[in-house]
Amino acid sequence: MTDTHIGNGFVPSGQLQLGVFFQGVNSGTVWKSAESGSQTDFESFRRIAQTAERGLFAAFFLGEGLRLREHLGRPHALDVAGRPDAQTMLAALASVTSSIGLVATQNTTYNDPADLAHRLASLDLLSGGRAAWNVVTTDNAWTGANFRRGGYLDHADRYVHAEAFVTTAKRIWDSWADGAIASSPAAAAWAAPGSARPVHHEGKHYTVDYVPRLPRSAQYRPVLFQAGDSPEGRDFAARQADVIFSAHPKLDDALGFRRDIVQRTVNAGRGANDVKIMPASEFILAATPEEALEKKNWVRSLQIGPEQAVAYLEQFWGRELQEFDPDGPLPEIDPVVEETSETRGSGFHGAKAKQLADQWRAEAKDKGLSIRQFVSARTSRGDSSFTGSYTEVADRLAEYARTGAVDGFNISPWLIPTGLDDIVNHLVPELQERGVYPTGYAGSTLRENLGLATPVRQPDSVGVEV
Amino acid sequence: MNTTSTNAPRQGFLALELDGDGAHPAAWRKARHTPAELLDGTRVRATVLAAESAGFHVATFADGSLPAASSDAGGRDIPGRLNALQRAAFAGPVTGSIVLVPEVDTVYTEPFHISTQLASLDYVSGGRAGWLVAASDKVADAAAVGRSHVSGEGLGREAADSVEVSRRLWDSWEDDAVIRDVATGRYIDVDQLHYVDFESTVDFESAAGAGYSVKGPSIIPRPLQGQLPVLVPAGLLNADQLSAGAADALLVSAPTPELLAGEAAEARAAAPGAAIIAELDVVLDSRGQSAAGRLAELDAYTPWQSSRARFVGSAAELTGLLASVLETADGVRLHPAVLDVDLEELAQLVLPALRRRGLLATPQPGSTFRDLLGLQRPASRYAAATISASSAADH
Ligand SMILES: Cc1cc2nc3c(=O)[nH]c(=O)nc-3n(C[C@H](O)[C@H](O)[C@H](O)COP(=O)(O)O)c2cc1C
Repeated sequence: MTDTHIGNGFVPSGQLQLGVFFQGVNSGTVWKSAESGSQTDFESFRRIAQTAERGLFAAFFLGEGLRLREHLGRPHALDVAGRPDAQTMLAALASVTSSIGLVATQNTTYNDPADLAHRLASLDLLSGGRAAWNVVTTDNAWTGANFRRGGYLDHADRYVHAEAFVTTAKRIWDSWADGAIASSPAAAAWAAPGSARPVHHEGKHYTVDYVPRLPRSAQYRPVLFQAGDSPEGRDFAARQADVIFSAHPKLDDALGFRRDIVQRTVNAGRGANDVKIMPASEFILAATPEEALEKKNWVRSLQIGPEQAVAYLEQFWGRELQEFDPDGPLPEIDPVVEETSETRGSGFHGAKAKQLADQWRAEAKDKGLSIRQFVSARTSRGDSSFTGSYTEVADRLAEYARTGAVDGFNISPWLIPTGLDDIVNHLVPELQERGVYPTGYAGSTLRENLGLATPVRQPDSVGVEV
Repeated sequence: MNTTSTNAPRQGFLALELDGDGAHPAAWRKARHTPAELLDGTRVRATVLAAESAGFHVATFADGSLPAASSDAGGRDIPGRLNALQRAAFAGPVTGSIVLVPEVDTVYTEPFHISTQLASLDYVSGGRAGWLVAASDKVADAAAVGRSHVSGEGLGREAADSVEVSRRLWDSWEDDAVIRDVATGRYIDVDQLHYVDFESTVDFESAAGAGYSVKGPSIIPRPLQGQLPVLVPAGLLNADQLSAGAADALLVSAPTPELLAGEAAEARAAAPGAAIIAELDVVLDSRGQSAAGRLAELDAYTPWQSSRARFVGSAAELTGLLASVLETADGVRLHPAVLDVDLEELAQLVLPALRRRGLLATPQPGSTFRDLLGLQRPASRYAAATISASSAADH
């Protein structure tokens, strides 16, 4: 029996929320099925967002990657690639949705705080208080090659930098006094004089001297999500974020992660329930458990075909492995060891090629796995996957609600644009019957819908070093 | 453009600038809503739909900083503004024919972000997107991002560089790069993706700002139009930059309405390939109040200083002026003093009269901005290179 006691004053809400993560890249989204549609047409985004809203989802998420993934020195050919700018797409979706939250993943290294904060505030006002920022900290020089700054940030600095960035953004969002704008055209001035506070920040990496251009929104300021799992990342989230987009969906693991986050949140002087957790997840559902399993095998075969399996290993081996049989054992030849992470993308960053290869060969041999089976197991996010009948999965999810392991799930549909249909049509009603899922939107803003408290205004005098 | 028959009148297009409550700084005092209702999606939707149903071909969205409420000069008027590109994107799915053109600064923004955002705008509007190039000369904009201030010739260089990066990135995925070839397991054909390897022309040591490079390829497939039309204020780019093809259209200003036609003709001579769009501020007689009276009333609050030609008068007079300007310019961009008031007159009197005289292109649902400008959809520059390289190899 799982020890579900979280401690530190944490109280499970007994409720779950859902979000949808529209994935633009990688192998999670099946493109080889006849049913799979365009990854870039606006209609795909509209279809998913409106279906999610029909299912009372709290949020629609977009990820971000500012350089195309590469493989052996060229763009990676086998997986879905290419996606629109998150905030531009979300602004468009704001006009054809009315309640769902709109979450943009944006990194703190290749943006300017004044510019990013202004655009997020715009999205927040345009959507009537439904915007959120998923803060990520990409720091590789490889992404930097597309930007003026280049790859200027040391790995160790990224959360220090992120924290100063977020603090500056919060001060920008808090800069207009409430009620600053005149209530009538007959007023002496459009905004009360002195009601917009300039924001100054001087630090190691950048200087901001800015007069903010926008008032607070219906939800005061954009909701903050954080994605990043290191101890520094967790502490950063505990201090700054409203929600963590986590990588821990398995029940035991999720409970452990919750305990850790509650501890860090309390240590940061916040309430035990102040930071919500929504892990990344995938659902493969059907009317019966047998059908669901069959569907899972089909989905997996489309996600990781023979070419993807070999190419996956090639990324880490740093060389072509075409001569190896995808249904045979892992290659006995050794990886090219030179540090080539600059061209291999963030998936490889920091890994030790030879050590990794030895470890994987041993593991595959132990379990009797072929290249394809091994790669499929590693990449299918087996941990984050819920497979089963609607009722079975609803029962499992109810356990998460009861224990407070998570506050909800952020679902990556494996099919675009119809991949949410069975979840909304069948899983959501099952969850509602169990009393663990909303039966209506709680309010008009994302903050209200997530049950988050109204933020406290940042004091003007905060001086953060970066 | 649109010269099908020698007897038919030349057909042009009309653009409308939709920022705030109108172009006059005191416009908010005459708006038909409360000040607090300005900065939200409802207002954006209402104005762009009003412009579309009036028959405007293009909506433009101003951007950049406004005088702060806390400072004395101009502190009585609107100090806030939503991001222009997002307003255009928000309008995309709710409109069907009007072209959406945000102003985007080129000096203090990241070219890579601009290129992706504009390409995305093209997707969410079904190919109805354009780019109005701005080059901020404000010290405050430099301070906001902690960069040194760019002025003079540096502005043109930054703008030209930024346009060139975007154009290369838009071409960096050839049109058919997404192949979805189940047989070989390939989603994209890597031979149809290209590094742009851009190096800025700004001297790395110069006071105009640090140089930079952009690797590419883009992170989004080629925009629906292939290349978004790029609108540039006349005078920003020099002759070399213009002949390198930076601008698809030039925005032309003159001190008075009467001088506009002459300026337009001059700009056409300087940039023969580009469409010419004349800029005009507009105050119209409305509901029994004379335009001059309306303007005096607004100016008593805050004087309207503008570098554009200004028309103040009746709808019939404006119709005549526009007819004559459209003989030399391809389009006119109107900046109404008060949107809620002047747009009503434009929609009810001016545009119908111009249409009756056959002077306006008919907006076609489903057509692109390039269609409106009479521009072909270009092949990717890299596709052309691949073809010529391979045919050279064949011989
Ligand atoms: C669930 C999840 C989703 C993420 N999504 C993105 C993304 O869309 N774009 C991105 O650049 N990084 C993304 N990241 C990466 C993180 O921002 C971060 O760079 C990475 O996890 C390394 O930080 P860490 O050492 O704190 O884990 C994601 C991370 C997690 C856990």
